[in-house]
Amino acid sequence: MLEVALFVPCYVDQLYPAIAVATVELLERFGVKVHYPERQTCCGQPMANSGFFDDAVPLVRRMADVFAPYEHVVCPSGSCTSMVRNHTEALVPGDDGVLALRKKTFELCEFLHDVVKVRPEGRFPHRVGLHQSCHGLRGLRLGSGSERLVSPSNKVRALIEGLDGLQLLELARPDDCCGFGGTFAVAEEALSCAMGRDRIADHERAGAEVITGTDISCLMHMDGLLRRERKPQRVLHVAELLAEATA
Amino acid sequence: MSAFSENAQAFIADGPRLAWHDKAIWFVRQKRDTARAAVPEWEELRATASQIKAHTLSRLAGYLEQFEANAIELGAVVHWARDADEHNRIVHEILRERGVKRLVKSKSMLTEECHLNPYLEERGIEVVDTDLGERIVQFRHEPPSHIVMPAIHLKKEEIGDLFHEKLGTPQGLADPKALTEAARQHLREKFLAADAGLTGVNFAIAETGGIVVCTNEGNADLGTSLPPLHIACMGIEKIVPGTRELAVFLRLLARSATGQPITTYTSHFHGPRPAGELHVVIVDRGRSKILGRSEFRASLKCIRCGACLNTCPVYRRSGGHSYGVTVPGPIGSTLAPHADAAKYAGLPFASTLCGSCSDVCPVHVDLHHQLLAWRGELARQGLVPLGKRIVSRVGAFVLARSWLYQIAGKLVRWVVPLLPARLLRANAWGRQRDLPPMPRESFSEIWRKRGRS
Repeated sequence: MLEVALFVPCYVDQLYPAIAVATVELLERFGVKVHYPERQTCCGQPMANSGFFDDAVPLVRRMADVFAPYEHVVCPSGSCTSMVRNHTEALVPGDDGVLALRKKTFELCEFLHDVVKVRPEGRFPHRVGLHQSCHGLRGLRLGSGSERLVSPSNKVRALIEGLDGLQLLELARPDDCCGFGGTFAVAEEALSCAMGRDRIADHERAGAEVITGTDISCLMHMDGLLRRERKPQRVLHVAELLAEATA
Repeated sequence: MSAFSENAQAFIADGPRLAWHDKAIWFVRQKRDTARAAVPEWEELRATASQIKAHTLSRLAGYLEQFEANAIELGAVVHWARDADEHNRIVHEILRERGVKRLVKSKSMLTEECHLNPYLEERGIEVVDTDLGERIVQFRHEPPSHIVMPAIHLKKEEIGDLFHEKLGTPQGLADPKALTEAARQHLREKFLAADAGLTGVNFAIAETGGIVVCTNEGNADLGTSLPPLHIACMGIEKIVPGTRELAVFLRLLARSATGQPITTYTSHFHGPRPAGELHVVIVDRGRSKILGRSEFRASLKCIRCGACLNTCPVYRRSGGHSYGVTVPGPIGSTLAPHADAAKYAGLPFASTLCGSCSDVCPVHVDLHHQLLAWRGELARQGLVPLGKRIVSRVGAFVLARSWLYQIAGKLVRWVVPLLPARLLRANAWGRQRDLPPMPRESFSEIWRKRGRS
């Protein structure tokens, strides 16, 4: 039996616990035993992306330490997974613990697709727009992306497109950034919101009822705009979508 | 707020213009996608081009000297300039010695960087940019807003008004074809009257001593065929080893830039034309400093195609002028701080680090990683605002202690719902966005209960 440690990003833990609950349900449904090391806090991405590498280093070391006993680490966020996999080596070079962490940490969809190798069956009778968060798409290569000339593939899509009743919509710009960008969302408020509105408009034009994706940070930003403007679309993390559909 | 943020905010305030600009630039990105799709070996080409550049940069001095020797052999005169001042002085000296009064230029971002035009104009030389877009921004006394499409920020109606004023076209004329024709007639006179022509250099071939200039309007050819004197200005990174390598870049450049299979004119200059003179000015201007910084070295691979600008969601929605530097967009944001880290400290933050630039780049410049590296460098140099520094420190202190983190989280979830809506809407998040409803329990709390049950 596969056993994993759940890495719950800090903002998911505090603001979106339902996503972590859905992640646990989903993993257990596919026969994975889930551990949750309670000492975990944050991967250090907010500090690192602001340039304060020194502030991030102890958090990276802490992550490596907290997750040391486990064979796999699974995280319901492409961005935090990308931080662990792609940016911790530069912060703590040549550290065996950090190296091990980088190798064993997976984004949830990636883990389900590549390691558990599932094809979820269930029902989700809605028109769904997939928001491809940049760090998952380009940092983890969860999908092929529109820039490179490689054979089209998409792990998130592969997990949800087979669900009964789910209509996956084609977007005009399938992987343009939503403008969240961590501290960018507040430091460059005007740009961030302009980008978010454009993304939402694309989903609206396609007829989306639900906007889903691997990262609730991007979705929280778009949801904030949607709710302020009293629009009917709702955002749903892909873990929640899959948990609901396969229940 | 950084200068970039203020400029971008002003740009965004004009909603219809913002949408138009984003769409116009995205259209170019789509043309690039289509052109790329017709080249099955695209990714192999990119990798090859990247490796050629890496190799060339690793022995740049040797290739530059080889180029110099071969260019001299062909009859060209080669000059070396350490910085913008030296470059401008050299160009002016060449022109002054020959009594040149009228200079026609084809597009050169390097001379824009060096602010050559005002330097020469102050010394009594008429300088006419002959690239249509460059001529337009020259008429308006403003810098280019894009490295390939200098006037992409302007609508055809605005160009119609400008040409009405400057060239006497009928008022209200906004037909691009008619406006282009008016510019051609105007520029034809300038070409005929010119004493010298100046071009940029897209590629300098070490093995042959030749230079290659890519244009769509043929203006480089006209500007160098009519007057007897041709000055070509190039950065030290423009070297390619030989013609075999050149071919790789010629397949990538126009496709990445505008979605054309190749530029309309690819002009090879091997020595001066009969009875003419060719001067090549090779400029460092901070490039050797970048060469010495391993984490930023790859930015010297750049062939100035502009693809990273076109794909950048921030560039498309802020416009080139918001960057306040000759080369805007992701590549500009990593190049500019080398010259003045304090002045351009806002640029590496003008990005969501979405990474589209790195994936679109035909020579694999790791642009978004460089922007992140710059953030670290700026923080080390104390060039990031103190407020951000404090937030980061406090955040790191709290997050290093799980008990404190849990208390802080609980506090936030408890306090936020008690705050008046007015207050929640008075900050950078809340002005345009709602916060999510605060959950009663964190996942950690839920998990602990679950363990007990």
